[in-house]
Amino acid sequence: MSVRGTAAVVGVAELKPTRWTDNVSTIDLFTQVGLAAIADAGLELSDIDGLVAHPMAGVPMLVPSTLIESMGLRCSFASTVDLGGATGAAMVWRAAAAIAAGQANAVLCVTAARRQRRIEAPGPKRPSGSGGVGGKDTSAWAEFEVPYGNVGANIGYAMIAQRYLHEHRATPEQLAKIAVHQRDNACVNPDAWFYGERITVDDVLNSPMVADPLHLLEIVMPSGGGAALVVVSPELARKLDRPKAWLLGAGECTTHKTITYAPSLMDTAIKPAADRAFAQAGVTRDQIGLASLYDCYTITVLVTLEEAGFCVRGGGGRFVEEHDLRFNGDFPLNTHGGQLSFSQPGLAGGMSHVTEAVRQVQQRGGERQVKDLSFAFVNGNGGIMSEECALILGVEP
Amino acid sequence: MSHPRPGRASVVTRPFWEATAEGRFLIQRCGACHKAAFYPRPACPHCGSAELGWEDACGAATVHTFSIARRPTHPKFTGDEPYVVAIVELAEGPHVTTNIVECDPDDVWIGMPVELVFDEVGDDGYALALFRPT
Repeated sequence: MSVRGTAAVVGVAELKPTRWTDNVSTIDLFTQVGLAAIADAGLELSDIDGLVAHPMAGVPMLVPSTLIESMGLRCSFASTVDLGGATGAAMVWRAAAAIAAGQANAVLCVTAARRQRRIEAPGPKRPSGSGGVGGKDTSAWAEFEVPYGNVGANIGYAMIAQRYLHEHRATPEQLAKIAVHQRDNACVNPDAWFYGERITVDDVLNSPMVADPLHLLEIVMPSGGGAALVVVSPELARKLDRPKAWLLGAGECTTHKTITYAPSLMDTAIKPAADRAFAQAGVTRDQIGLASLYDCYTITVLVTLEEAGFCVRGGGGRFVEEHDLRFNGDFPLNTHGGQLSFSQPGLAGGMSHVTEAVRQVQQRGGERQVKDLSFAFVNGNGGIMSEECALILGVEP
Repeated sequence: MSHPRPGRASVVTRPFWEATAEGRFLIQRCGACHKAAFYPRPACPHCGSAELGWEDACGAATVHTFSIARRPTHPKFTGDEPYVVAIVELAEGPHVTTNIVECDPDDVWIGMPVELVFDEVGDDGYALALFRPT
């Protein structure tokens, strides 16, 4: 069994990230971007019979029906995915699985996040990163992590980076180059937050240290926004006069929530997810023309390049140094700028790696189109390298 | 440092927290696979057995990884930065999140031997497990 040939992505949409989304509800953002993706697919509301969304602040339960009601849909398949930054990628193969099981024909996968200006309220503050969906956190995280300040993603990824640098050789300059080349990509993406603001390796290394060894410019900036796409059956895909991104392979692995309890900081869940996706697709690493790798931090990209098999373990720094990672380079990486330069509109940040790969495979990349692109690899990464999902998309089924 | 408190312990974790007031760090030992586990769980995370017993950790550990927080990672730590958040490996095997105290943050290194030192017992009756260089 494989997802190959079960579905294609035919439409994508994104809201341009904004620093603040004052007075807009998350449901409104979901609705706006969802409807835009349906229109981009060349479909009508009545064509959509599946919806996959994710948990959100302000809607403690019954997320799919809330959105179905808001958008005016009628669905035979409705679900949520709760895999952090891997959510967007994980939605795609779940939609394909629902289609293959005969439960739907056209599935809208939608992510969105608002970002409200912080209003200081009296009383104790809630730590960031506590989930935000509501209710008191009763997981082990609250008892065994929060008291020691292992809160939020910065400190967790910093500890991964520190261990990586202990076990392997990579220079600060090599890590910084990831941010610099992705910024160059963002400078051909007017929707990227940092469009038009080029940076150098020195800029990255001179930016303030936030959590050793991570500098400010190696860390994503949170924003508000949304991203959505439409996954359809092969029959419907062929009927539509639209460019397609065929789903060729998928793989997923989840091992822990808090990095302290990861089976290993170096032998990650990225590898089994990627290996399964490549095996399903029957595609080799050197056939990949675009790597769309989750990049909450520069270290995430470095580790993913190794674990997904684009270079040997410990060889990431050298790989980055030896390749041009820009859209017109010899190893195009995160051509939309990655989240490091596009910004991170909540879970829509993870989805941006999928929507960009779809656009590129559809040959709709415009000025930043990767030449002769046949296959794209996408990695979604949630939590502190907790949830991993890999996808392979291709021009032909 | 003024730490956030662990909150209300569950039936499973309460013995751990109560022991901290006596200066003891409890880990779980599986009667089936004999492996050690932390944090307290209702079943062994290595083999699924519910045959778990409590055991005192000896308090020796090494730094598995760490970072220096240059900005507070929780409002309660405001003004305490820079401070060290670390994952230490207990001599018995399990990994534990903690802070490395009683040393300059810049002097911490991976592989550094450290030992358990409890913070004061709080109003909740619990003490937090910190580590300092041996």
